[in-house]
Amino acid sequence: MSDAIRFVLDGQTVTVADVAPTMTLLDYLREHAGRRGTKEGCAEGDCGACTVVLGELSPDGSAVDYRAVNSCIRFLPTIDGRELVTVESLRDGDTLHPVQQAIVDAHGSQCGFCTPGFVMSLLALYLATPDAAPTRERVIAALAGNLCRCTGYRPLIDAGCRMHQYPTPARWSAADADRAERVQALLALRRDQGLSLPGFQAPRTLKQLCEALAAQPQALLLAGGTDIGLWVTKLLRDLPPMVYLGDVAELRTIDTDADGRLRIGAAVSHTDAWAAIVARYPMLDELAQRFASPPVRNAGTLCGNLANGSPIGDAMPALIALGATIELHHHSGTTRCLPLDAFYLGYQQKDLAPGEFVAAVYVPAPQPAQRIASYKLSKRIEQDISAVCVGINLTLDADAVIVDARIAFGGMAATPQRAIATEAQLIGQTLSVASFDAAAAALATDFQPLSDLRASSAYRLRAAGNLLRRFALEQTQAATPLRTHALDAGSLDAPA
Amino acid sequence: MSVIREADALPTAELAGRALRHESAHLHVTGRAQYADDIPLPAGTLHAAFGLSRVAHARIRQLDLSAVLAAPGVVAVGLPSDIPGENNYGSVVHDDPIFTDTLVQFAGQPMFAVAANTHLQARRAAVLARVDYDELPAILDVRSALAAQSFVIPSKTLRRGDPQAALVRAPRRMQGTLSIGGQDHFYLEGQIAVAIPQEDGAMLIHSSTQHPTEVQHIVAAALKLRAHDVIVQCRRMGGGFGGKESQPALIAAAAAVLARKTGRPVKLRLDRDVDMLATGKRHDMIADYDVGYDDDGRICALSVMLAARCGYSADLSGPVNDRAICHVDNAYFLEHVEIVSHRCKTHTVSNTAFRGFGGPQGMMVIEAVIDDIARRLQRDPLDVRRANFYGAAPRNITPYGQSVDGNVLDTLSERLLSSSGYRERRAAIAQWNAGSATIKRGIALTPVKFGISFNATHYNQAGALIHIYNDGTVMLNHGGTEMGQGLYTKVAQVVATELGLPLSAIRVTAADTSKVPNTSATAASSGSDLNGKAAQAAAQTLRLRLVEWAATAFDVPAGAIRFDNGVVWLGERALPFAKLVAQAYMARISLSATGYYRTPAIHWDGTALRGRPFFYYAYGAAVSEVAVDTLTGESQLQRVDILHDVGRSLNPALDIGQIEGGFLQGAGWLTTEELWWNARGELKTHAPATYKIPTAYDWPREAHVHLLQQQPNGEDTIYRSKAVGEPPLMLAMSVFHAIRDAVAACAAPGRNVPLQAPATAEAVLAAIEQLRAVETAP
Repeated sequence: MSDAIRFVLDGQTVTVADVAPTMTLLDYLREHAGRRGTKEGCAEGDCGACTVVLGELSPDGSAVDYRAVNSCIRFLPTIDGRELVTVESLRDGDTLHPVQQAIVDAHGSQCGFCTPGFVMSLLALYLATPDAAPTRERVIAALAGNLCRCTGYRPLIDAGCRMHQYPTPARWSAADADRAERVQALLALRRDQGLSLPGFQAPRTLKQLCEALAAQPQALLLAGGTDIGLWVTKLLRDLPPMVYLGDVAELRTIDTDADGRLRIGAAVSHTDAWAAIVARYPMLDELAQRFASPPVRNAGTLCGNLANGSPIGDAMPALIALGATIELHHHSGTTRCLPLDAFYLGYQQKDLAPGEFVAAVYVPAPQPAQRIASYKLSKRIEQDISAVCVGINLTLDADAVIVDARIAFGGMAATPQRAIATEAQLIGQTLSVASFDAAAAALATDFQPLSDLRASSAYRLRAAGNLLRRFALEQTQAATPLRTHALDAGSLDAPA
Repeated sequence: MSVIREADALPTAELAGRALRHESAHLHVTGRAQYADDIPLPAGTLHAAFGLSRVAHARIRQLDLSAVLAAPGVVAVGLPSDIPGENNYGSVVHDDPIFTDTLVQFAGQPMFAVAANTHLQARRAAVLARVDYDELPAILDVRSALAAQSFVIPSKTLRRGDPQAALVRAPRRMQGTLSIGGQDHFYLEGQIAVAIPQEDGAMLIHSSTQHPTEVQHIVAAALKLRAHDVIVQCRRMGGGFGGKESQPALIAAAAAVLARKTGRPVKLRLDRDVDMLATGKRHDMIADYDVGYDDDGRICALSVMLAARCGYSADLSGPVNDRAICHVDNAYFLEHVEIVSHRCKTHTVSNTAFRGFGGPQGMMVIEAVIDDIARRLQRDPLDVRRANFYGAAPRNITPYGQSVDGNVLDTLSERLLSSSGYRERRAAIAQWNAGSATIKRGIALTPVKFGISFNATHYNQAGALIHIYNDGTVMLNHGGTEMGQGLYTKVAQVVATELGLPLSAIRVTAADTSKVPNTSATAASSGSDLNGKAAQAAAQTLRLRLVEWAATAFDVPAGAIRFDNGVVWLGERALPFAKLVAQAYMARISLSATGYYRTPAIHWDGTALRGRPFFYYAYGAAVSEVAVDTLTGESQLQRVDILHDVGRSLNPALDIGQIEGGFLQGAGWLTTEELWWNARGELKTHAPATYKIPTAYDWPREAHVHLLQQQPNGEDTIYRSKAVGEPPLMLAMSVFHAIRDAVAACAAPGRNVPLQAPATAEAVLAAIEQLRAVETAP
């Protein structure tokens, strides 16, 4: 039988029936709900004009987390059981919300088309920083998914830094967002059996998920939809029936197993997954920050990125280097694990049997003698797809000799791939610039990268070698400035 | 604000000159600002999509649309045969088909449009066409076009003095080359038009356009109507940047053809990919130069070959390249000079207007020449720049014969030099670079001198229409369009000032061809210059009319009547403006007036390339400092200091907004924004996932942006202000040259930096390796 989609909007439960399961949240808002404050700028989750805030019950049902997401690539059924906040939700007579007033006062809108998206990204930040104004860096990070072509961003950054200076609003203050009624409203929408629409099912348990997959072997597994959404909005594809992972309780958790490994379930967002990984591997913070943008990280899942297996996906190089393991379930109930790098067989080919799905990824615990880094090269620092991405994990012995090397690259081959010949060159060497320069020569054996819009083959190969050199420099000459972003404009003292 | 205190010429209300918020700011932040896609539509409106060619150059043997017509929701297709009038949207040369008929000239060219019940249905149907192409050889880049002598319009040469002889005579001589990339506008709101059939064959068009009048005329020509049959309206655009000057006519005409054919309203909104594939961009150019100079770096003679990729048709390439020619001098006196400008025809999208309109490319050439001279001479490029600045007569005449009057660059650059600490920082950077092998820093100050007015003299006119209703409120309309730049705010400030009213008394309404006719594009930075003056004229007409009547009616001398903040002072007696107006109405005084303005003193001979095309120049300069990672070529803008001349600012907040936004847009053009075509001529960077404009992170952590204070325009512009739309974009040349400076630090001094634009990480690394290769060569 078919249900109707239910979600909370401005304190009311909205029920929507009889829509195609691939209708985007943006189309729903603009064409059906008459809420045209939310704009379409790109329909691929890259410009942020469509940003809305979604409230989701925490797994324990005690609180609602509000996060910015892109409505343009979000299928409407996936907001079932959630609270939707749009720019219209901030309306309080003629009184502007602090986020809005701060933008007006900073002269932060020119053409105004991107502005509602900026308002919503800043609203999510406002709600997440109830006690004090966020740092400038945090504001910039929160806006990484919002493009503005008019202002140069300075006034928008200023608005984010100043929004806490305004009186607390009646609606959508942090306290208002924390009200128990909001939790109650979402608890009331909880389902035992999960949403079921023609062409769309949202199981609540692993068992229901397996049943759904057994019943529909050709079904498409949908998690964050940050790629599959584009199959509809960009490639104009008809999709097979979808089974949505986002509500499966067992897949929404992050646990630590007996070996100290992190187990990150298939429905865990990048935001949560990377927070857990960076807590253990602080050196991966830059990679986490530069992974897509906040709205994409809030929607997309780490396991979805791994299962997608794009040769330019940013999660794989670091996780392969760390020795991550992927856990595959079959709907019949069997499970198997394999090293992440073994999962990728060729371009868009994976070691995934019919009926199998990625259920989790295991990230090993840090070891004492490891030296780890990850670097990403792209045209733009924020929200860009890698030309080259590398994860490096060395193990040293007591004499500082390299006894194990795991170096994985993205952007260099048809799959995310280890640099086997390069690794072999390093084993037995000491950690020095010379040994890495020598080993880098083997990259040409490991890879014959493509030339495309992101970079030429020659640049990829050369830069990949230079990233290994950067690693060696960082490990051996820590006092020397090696990264542009770590410099302050004012710090012009000559390097030591 | 000191700007206001100094504004002795301002009328009483002094609203002009204040840092007022954008008139739509409250609508922007609440999502209530209405764009063309947000306008509620009549029942039965159809949604359209273009069917695009997939090859760069071909004869269409057969176009089979049966699958398109059979697709769900499809109501009609539009083909060349459905166009009752002219199948063209080109405004200068009529060489731009709305739907191409038998010849495909670029990958992404519209061949037809389909109308369906929903937008998604139309998009899905549009890709179902089966096309049988007879492929032809394609010319895809400038060098190939030059080799094939493939041009859209004839080449032009500007020559002054005897450059060839002077080159031979010069103490030093050098040749070089520079390639300058194109740029997509990436306005956040894509191209869109809604065509709504009216009674008696007329058509109403809502268009996101900088040029409503051109849309009106092209739609009329396509539908075989007359101009008075077509009304075009635009309240606001979600960004324009020149991309909505000539291109919207294509969108509107296609929608109108389908509306005419079906008798139903049709909305045509391009999705991002189609927008980027099918509409023009900034011209990419290459320049080969030959320069003679002396030991101080002073240019004795310069010969430049400048070739632009125009794409398959002329569009605005003529005037764009004329402006490029007129800006090769930038801030520098060129005594003996020759500029040969080729307008290359390629089988790629037809390039178009983009903020700066050829000026930025022309200016990039001379800045590269000067940088190369300075490197050769091992001098600070800033000193070579200043040595070449325009000066007193006879060093104040441009290559096209206009005298550079009111030149503030000496003052401006001196102030900026000092406020930015340029000299100290350059020394500190040199010291840093000596000790840092991996990260190199660079700094550069580059000037901007930008000519204000349309080169084509006849565009320099504007009209306005003001109604005063008998409750004292004012409706303001003018031919300018609002794309975010704050034009409507500035013109409202002018009218409020003239009528002594609070800004809230003025409502600015959508640009509308049925209110103000025969308008020029809102372009060439001229929006407030032209429309501000036209609106001022209308307001002054009304004020004068009210004064003349009131002087008699209230028996006070006309000279004793003042309008101030909603009150009219009749000698000592105060009357609310609304009351006065109500009485004037009862006395049968006309409360509606038009205003008109034409820019004085300008003239241009487009054949001889001589004249005074520009009413005045706007000036600015910027100091940028960057850090470059020599391992990867990544660069980061660390700090910028900007001093920019806007004359007496109409609105400092809006002007700063234009300066900062223009600067970062220029920085994107010169660093991360790379357009990339594959070998088949298909643009592969056609969405934000692949085409990278700056984000918030790219705004420098330290920025000092200031207006040059107390420099009223020497010409009689609106309250002595200066245009600000385009000039700041070129401030970003300082970013490019700071990167060059950092790259130069990778090798011994004395070498030119072979860095091309855009300075992507790959381009920077290539330049570094090329420099170092020269270094280590035997």
